[in-house]
Amino acid sequence: MSGTTVLDARHLLCPIPVIRTQDRITAMHPGQTLQVIATDPGTRFDIPAWCRVHGHSVTGIDETGGEIHFFIQVCDAQP
Amino acid sequence: MQPQRKAVALISGGLDSLLAAKVVMEQGIHVEGINFFTGFCVEGHTHAIRQKDRDKPKRNNALWVAEQLGIKLHIIDISEPYKDIVINPQHGYGQHLNPCLDCKIFMVNQAKMWAWAEERQFDFIITGEVIGQRPKSQRKATMPVIARESGAEDRLLRPLCALNLEPTLPEREGWVDRARLFGFQGRNRKPQMELAARFGFDDYAQPAGGCCFLTDASYSRKLEDLWSHRGTRRYELDDIMLLKIGRHLRPRPEFKLIVGREEGENRFLEGYRKQFTHLRTASHQGPLTLIDGAASSDDLQLAARICARYSQGRSDAAVTVQVQHPSGATEQLQVQPFAPHEIPQEWHV
Repeated sequence: MSGTTVLDARHLLCPIPVIRTQDRITAMHPGQTLQVIATDPGTRFDIPAWCRVHGHSVTGIDETGGEIHFFIQVCDAQP
Repeated sequence: MQPQRKAVALISGGLDSLLAAKVVMEQGIHVEGINFFTGFCVEGHTHAIRQKDRDKPKRNNALWVAEQLGIKLHIIDISEPYKDIVINPQHGYGQHLNPCLDCKIFMVNQAKMWAWAEERQFDFIITGEVIGQRPKSQRKATMPVIARESGAEDRLLRPLCALNLEPTLPEREGWVDRARLFGFQGRNRKPQMELAARFGFDDYAQPAGGCCFLTDASYSRKLEDLWSHRGTRRYELDDIMLLKIGRHLRPRPEFKLIVGREEGENRFLEGYRKQFTHLRTASHQGPLTLIDGAASSDDLQLAARICARYSQGRSDAAVTVQVQHPSGATEQLQVQPFAPHEIPQEWHV
């Protein structure tokens, strides 16, 4: 996927993947996509929840081989 | 027309911070939440590690509260600067290694610094504190200490117990109506539960307390043990993570063992294999065991017997244990597992 920024949050436990996601998105522009790769099952709830409260869109979640891949489109109004 | 005032609310994920933010939002104030990661938070980690908990992952209560309120939540990693609070609290510890008063001062200060440093122009800070609810940090005498030493002064509003305190700036300026704040005090949770019902909140985290490992006697004992045997009151994030899981046994002053108790913990400990000498039973199913410290050849025999004690071969005459050093070198030991009574209680940290 062209223009996608990738954040490796594997082997990190919540809330650290959420914090890393938050910090990375703060430096991104509206419309850009962030792909977060995590292994903590808690991210299935926490990353979409964080995106909802900040208005970012989770456009996809793929799970393969114990990894969870989130695709997040950055919203217009930054946190 | 007056500009809409803005407040930043410390959101722990418990009922009190939920209500405090809601009370102020009801008065037309724009509220955003802030939540701090200290490294000692109970939520999340242990549930992500242990297999029995992975099947029903726990929500992050602070995020859940933010969703209920419809506010943004900023989660801030303060684990590094927080070390000073844990190691050297100016106001001392609570019952265990919990520096509750210093912690609250620090967090209010962080909220203030974060808000202004980012030029978010928040007008005041909200906490869910209630006088008399906590023996150390939430007393009438300590409330002004927190306001003063954090630097927030009278921009710190406690909506749930405001009527028991002097009016703060937001009240004096009329940004919030003091008559619509509350005078809760003491450990009785009934007023909060009634207020929650009035707002329509019927699902919330259990009443405050138990959200920080430093309030836990067993955890505090392990941290004291770590400090005393290292000869320094320092820690890294990995240290405090490892204190949360496994059996910790210290058979010799020079080293301790961290023994996985179940599959999830073993999997988590796998991530530390390259940093520690570790043992695994080869002839039977058994735990992954890390050696934290320096162990001699004789000590490795001892460690292997302990590791074998917690394996499926605990009743057998001999168990094969594989030892792997951080260098990658491996060796195999044949040992007789310790019987339960052969492991002195004082080895358990």
